[in-house]
Amino acid sequence: MISCSDAVRQLWEYLDGAVAEADRARIEEHLAFCRRCCGEVEFGHELRRFLTDHADDDVPDEVLRRLRSTLDQLEEPR
Amino acid sequence: MSMGVEDADRFRSLATAELPRLYSVARRLVGAEAEDAVQDCLLKAFRAFPTLENPGAGPAWLLAVLVNCCRDRGRRNSRRMEDSTEDEDLDRFSLYRKIALEDPFPYSDSLHLDFLAQFSREDVRAVLLSLPLLHRAPLVLVHMEGFSTKEVATMLDAPLGTVLARLHRGRKLFERRLWEYAEEHGLLRRGAVG
Repeated sequence: MISCSDAVRQLWEYLDGAVAEADRARIEEHLAFCRRCCGEVEFGHELRRFLTDHADDDVPDEVLRRLRSTLDQLEEPR
Repeated sequence: MSMGVEDADRFRSLATAELPRLYSVARRLVGAEAEDAVQDCLLKAFRAFPTLENPGAGPAWLLAVLVNCCRDRGRRNSRRMEDSTEDEDLDRFSLYRKIALEDPFPYSDSLHLDFLAQFSREDVRAVLLSLPLLHRAPLVLVHMEGFSTKEVATMLDAPLGTVLARLHRGRKLFERRLWEYAEEHGLLRRGAVG
């Protein structure tokens, strides 16, 4: 049986489905009885969503204009 | 390989469509130097465009060029690219437990979600920028841009195992920095009042 700290250490990889089969079984065995670590898993999902939700930024029009102008100025083939 | 007029037009069309994404990723990788990094990327990619064999891979290819430009800037600028010192406690750090233990919002029914809700877009960007670029890049590319770890390994020209290790450390650093940032910027006090 693994400890809470071992389960926490592998949590993100577990959520990625990136742990070995034997490790996954050990983590799930732990989760079956540890309510606190189940909370960790739920929060892990939330943190991933949190990162995804903060992915898009509005680009200032001025910046876009300048970058488009860089594109326009790229040297044409001769 | 030389660039024909058609190639130049195709490149402009690809790059124009991708500009918002390129700038958004660059802001997370190099902060205030984002615009310069995108310009570096456009110049470099324009020259290399004739070597791109699969036009369908254009957006990912352009992003890979951008990531390289950001890495070059990171290397030039500071030690932020370097790994931080060994930190055994980091591996066992749990933001979930830290929040539960410190209980910053005693009247909250959803303590952990309320903690995350205190962060604005600017705050999240600042937290990301405080991480070493080495760890920030895989975190941004995998969790914010949706690339697989294999794709990121190709993009960063690093072995998959190295990317996985950096991603693991990046996520742990991100969790810990979220807490530290919340303390440093009064987000916990604000949440307790609100």
